[in-house]
Amino acid sequence: MKRVKRLALPLYLGFGLTYLFLPVMVVILFSFNDNTSRFNVTWQGFTLKHWLNPFAVPEVPRALATSIAIAFLASGLATILGTLIALALARYQFKGRSATNILLFFPMATPEVVLGSALLGLFVANQIRTGFVTILLAHIVFILSYAVATVRARIVGFDRHLEEAAMDLYANEWSTFRKVTLPMIMPGVFAAFLLGFALSLDDFIVTNFTSGSLQTFPTYVWGAARRGIPGQVNVFGTGIFILTVSLMLLFLMIQKRREGRPAST
Amino acid sequence: MTAATPSLSTDSSGLSPPNPAAGHAAKRRRRVPYLLLLPGLVYLVVLYLVPLIGLVRMALQTGNLQAGYELTWEWGNFVEVFTTFRPQLLRSLMYAVAATGITLLLAYPLAYAIALRTGRWKNLFLVVLLVPFLIPFLLRTLAWRIILADQGVVVAALKTIGLLPDANGRLLATGWAVLAGLVYSFLPFMALPIYVALEKIDRSLLEAAEDLYAKPRTAFWRVTWPLSLPGVISGTLLTAIPAAGDFVNVQLLGNPQQTMMGNVIENKFLSSIDYPAAAALSISLMMAIVIAIFFYVRAVGTEELVT
Repeated sequence: MKRVKRLALPLYLGFGLTYLFLPVMVVILFSFNDNTSRFNVTWQGFTLKHWLNPFAVPEVPRALATSIAIAFLASGLATILGTLIALALARYQFKGRSATNILLFFPMATPEVVLGSALLGLFVANQIRTGFVTILLAHIVFILSYAVATVRARIVGFDRHLEEAAMDLYANEWSTFRKVTLPMIMPGVFAAFLLGFALSLDDFIVTNFTSGSLQTFPTYVWGAARRGIPGQVNVFGTGIFILTVSLMLLFLMIQKRREGRPAST
Repeated sequence: MTAATPSLSTDSSGLSPPNPAAGHAAKRRRRVPYLLLLPGLVYLVVLYLVPLIGLVRMALQTGNLQAGYELTWEWGNFVEVFTTFRPQLLRSLMYAVAATGITLLLAYPLAYAIALRTGRWKNLFLVVLLVPFLIPFLLRTLAWRIILADQGVVVAALKTIGLLPDANGRLLATGWAVLAGLVYSFLPFMALPIYVALEKIDRSLLEAAEDLYAKPRTAFWRVTWPLSLPGVISGTLLTAIPAAGDFVNVQLLGNPQQTMMGNVIENKFLSSIDYPAAAALSISLMMAIVIAIFFYVRAVGTEELVT
């Protein structure tokens, strides 16, 4: 009985991880599928043809490039706006703090269909043509609150005495910010950027409302799902997966090595 | 959290005598937070609040895209939400609640095991938990279509053990498939906040419970669970809200007879171009969610949510 109890949690962990990785394996596996029909849904044999011709369907890399450009700009801008808000919330006393908090919470509590349709309504009413810029504007809205939360968690966690010490040593506010505050919150800012990038890159619902005829990677996949998804989509999906996993592992290793060293600060 | 946070300048301004220069600096300092907030908040007002109010206006209009719309205070669109589209509204809320419950049951033990039982491999396990979600969302959902297919292994296995009694029984195009897809889609949004809450728990509290002869079960329910509640609350909200508005899983894994609010909104906005009706549906979904959150947060009693 005791043995069963001790084994329960690891077993559950194993079961849970299998469940999590099943779809991953399917996506990777079907990038090697020698499908004869347009529909890449039943296993028909091993081939490297999709991997050897990744650009054979030009819409796929084009849509992916659009997605990456939008993710980079949207997350960058949202991270800047979010960092400023996080600094105000974590470091200053001011009237209107709770109103600000509520305004920041609401976008997170809004389902994407509602946000997407509201923005589409705005663009239609003002005769703004939907495309690259409207997707960008829309993505910043839903990334912003997450960026604030991520950066703020970092600011709240660090010692404000360092800033006070800098001020006591006659550093003015700006150089205190540049030389002390910014380097300390940088990991949080970087994490916010990565989170925002991932959210934007993978967003389908809001993008679907605000993209017009421009195709991002998710809207391309959605459209292609009806007429059969080319194997190249699985190749690029697998590529994104391998790239991001390696980056995460690298990050983890660097962190581990830093922890191993005696603290130098 | 709000009142206790001193501003940066308290020490210096509290000690220095009130001379005109310091007064000037203090005034400037008071402006700083507003200057920091300004760009971001203006952005949210223009691209979040204004469109949302626009949606309410649009719902009360009549007309069509060619002839233009006119504000006629037409409440009929809202009536229709609760008559014609009641099944979709109820289904959205039911799917959201069911998916959230199942996700919590799955994610809590996973987060618990990783936060408290994997020791030095914690970070690695955390990465392993999050890694599947680096495969694009739509590809993951489409993969479930292959896994749950009629001639697939899962259906065959369920038939063998008699859980799918009917010979033509299928998983794809049923509510179960939709639920499976929803649970899978939002699992990290549940697991991550719970993990963070569990990770923060001071281990000495658990040791204290043990020293005081609390049974493991008692220690869990009296110490661990209450301390992890903030994570559970954020996790359930981050799962329930997108699940209630989702239309992707129904479209790809369900059947056209069992659509959710998201499907109707998407269709009316992008295919049949009936903006006022779509706007009314959208606003009603938002209101339903806001009311649900309000009662939920009141019931579990937290104010940490918005701070």
